[in-house]
Amino acid sequence: MPNIQFDADGRLKHFIGIEGLPHHLLFKILDTAQTFINPVDHTIQKVPILRGKTVFNLFFEPSTRTRTTFELAAKRLSADVVNFNMESSSNKKGESLTDLLHNLEAMYADLFVVRHHQSGAAYFIAQHLSPQTRLINAGDGQHEHPTQAMLDMYTIRHYKHDFVPLKVAIVGDIFHSRVARSQIYALSTLGVAEIRVICPKTLSPVGIESMGVKRYHDLTAGLKNVDVVIMLRLQYERMTSALLPSECEYFRCYGLTHKALEHAAKDAIVMHPGPINRGVEIASSVVDSPRAVILQQVSFGIAVRMAVMAMILGLYEQ
Amino acid sequence: MGCERMERMTLSGGRVLDPLTGFDAITDVHIANGKIIALGDKPADFIADSVLDVRQQVVVPGLVDLCARLWENSTQQKAHICSETRAASLNGITTLCCPPDMQPIIDNSAALELLQQRNHRSVLLLNLLPLAALTKELAGEHLTEMYTLTRMGCVGVSNAQMPVANSQVWKNALEYAATYDLTVFIYPRDAWLGRDGCVHESALSTRLGLRGIPALSENVALARDLLLVEQTGVRAHFCRLSTAQSVDMIAQAQAKGLPVTADVALHQLFLTENDNRHYDTACHVYPPLRSDRHKTALRQGVKSGVISAICSDHQPQSPDSKACIYAESSPGISALDSFLPLSLKLAAELNMSWHDLFQRISQQPAQILRQPCLGLNVGAQADLCVFDPEAVWSLQKADMHSMRYNTPFLSWEFKGRVTHTLLNGQRSFA
Repeated sequence: MPNIQFDADGRLKHFIGIEGLPHHLLFKILDTAQTFINPVDHTIQKVPILRGKTVFNLFFEPSTRTRTTFELAAKRLSADVVNFNMESSSNKKGESLTDLLHNLEAMYADLFVVRHHQSGAAYFIAQHLSPQTRLINAGDGQHEHPTQAMLDMYTIRHYKHDFVPLKVAIVGDIFHSRVARSQIYALSTLGVAEIRVICPKTLSPVGIESMGVKRYHDLTAGLKNVDVVIMLRLQYERMTSALLPSECEYFRCYGLTHKALEHAAKDAIVMHPGPINRGVEIASSVVDSPRAVILQQVSFGIAVRMAVMAMILGLYEQ
Repeated sequence: MGCERMERMTLSGGRVLDPLTGFDAITDVHIANGKIIALGDKPADFIADSVLDVRQQVVVPGLVDLCARLWENSTQQKAHICSETRAASLNGITTLCCPPDMQPIIDNSAALELLQQRNHRSVLLLNLLPLAALTKELAGEHLTEMYTLTRMGCVGVSNAQMPVANSQVWKNALEYAATYDLTVFIYPRDAWLGRDGCVHESALSTRLGLRGIPALSENVALARDLLLVEQTGVRAHFCRLSTAQSVDMIAQAQAKGLPVTADVALHQLFLTENDNRHYDTACHVYPPLRSDRHKTALRQGVKSGVISAICSDHQPQSPDSKACIYAESSPGISALDSFLPLSLKLAAELNMSWHDLFQRISQQPAQILRQPCLGLNVGAQADLCVFDPEAVWSLQKADMHSMRYNTPFLSWEFKGRVTHTLLNGQRSFA
């Protein structure tokens, strides 16, 4: 990707995707996020960094948790937040996306947080914004979901401290997952020892190996000695043809159970970007076990999104 | 025109190049009553009304474009028949074939008559040859009155980019067309593989998160179609090949003696999927731009003659239909203004003679359309293209004749530019 993410001085301007971002910048995001979290009780205090700034959450695709964590992140930074429900007011009235954006910019928007069902939407929107307006991609189609990947990296660092020796397995619907793509870029840039994707062939995108991953179609073989297991849900809303026979068979082959987890390293953590589907990709007993750090991921997400917002609005050191 | 006497003209001092006969010499071309009456010395009784000095220029038969979409009905008209036929003419094209998937679809005589009426003012600019739909509404269910439509002026039948999923209907349609010795123009495309895709399926489509159209979609369809061509004996022309395997399959079919020809869109010979890597909607085309390997094979297919025609695949689109998110943008390139210059560039890059090049963009497409093809022989219709081979220029919006500028070739440097087009011995523009 050409980096329209950077300004002329090489500073992060928009946060569209992890692809092409340098190692030091990813660490800077993690370090910045860490400054927002109280080391003693892990709470996040409100700070006045974005006072006077206006953040628009533009969600063209339904979302509750991502939008809420972005909203919380902006509020903790003292920004004014407007949630724009695109389901009811968007292009359904015939207005083009660019006209809509220019209208919102005229309301003195400083930052757009955009989720869209089409890949490349964030890139397109960033190209059409006026120079002072910033954008964070909150997920575009099957392309990238960079803040999710960064909060996952934060979680991994929190529990594992160092990326370099880690073996990481991403299990499930890789084909439709923007999260997996962003995670692979991030893990690869942060230099983990090995990235594996585990899925049936119908959910494995063409050429995924070119992103530096090993492909597995057998869960137990793929989980062998991994330090981090990232589970993905099946994205039925994006499936357009017969890809799987049933949830039952999928769970039998790829569902994460304690038995399957025995193949991973003894201290392996289990992550999931949510929403989870118990009994489809992951057994309830695993979700509820101490191995799962799924809720911690959600909490860390607020600080990571605060870090990205503060950095791209130029109000925090990069 | 009636009894009005047609202009007698001499094209003086140009390099006259005939891909049909291989003739290549600096000489004069004398034209009367819309036909070439002599090359070289003028006949004794010939007095030209005008002499066009074409020294340092090349005179070739008018270009024949196998596919250009000329207009589409929409609230914002993308372009219209007058603007686009004029643009084609200004770019050296004298015969142009348009596919049936316009609005209205050319699947009945009323729709064809409407097209012919709309084209009324353009007849002085070029020969517009439509294809008729093979099935009603291109829906792949019922046959059109293809015999009637071809007698009314359509030069062949096609289901355009709509695959006929029902193999029985498809076989019937080919057999029915074969009954009347009609040429079927086939876009090899599987009805389901890559149905919701917009780019070549590859590691790049995975990175971009865009749905892919696998090469397999074309290959599977072409394999099936070739078996049906063999079975039905229909004369088939395969349109817009985009894969290396297609070139091989067509070569094998031709070696077996099947009545098949094939073309490629000119942009497929210059661009690859990498041109999409920044979600550039100007490069959103159908079939999609594929990898370098496919591009190289297509170029070889053109050079070897397996692919006997190159077309513009002109598809004007309004700025709004391109200024949007990639998957939601309309496919197509406004290609008339780059047709000859890009073709010349191709010949230079492939080390292909102009003789071979003009076979691919004039003589052989005319044969595919089963049009009279006498080249530049005496008695041939004087449909001519004259170009300055040394003119160096770059494509700019302001200089484009098409109403639409959706092209990735803006700012490309070219050598060679059309200076005159003659249709029926008359200059389309000065």
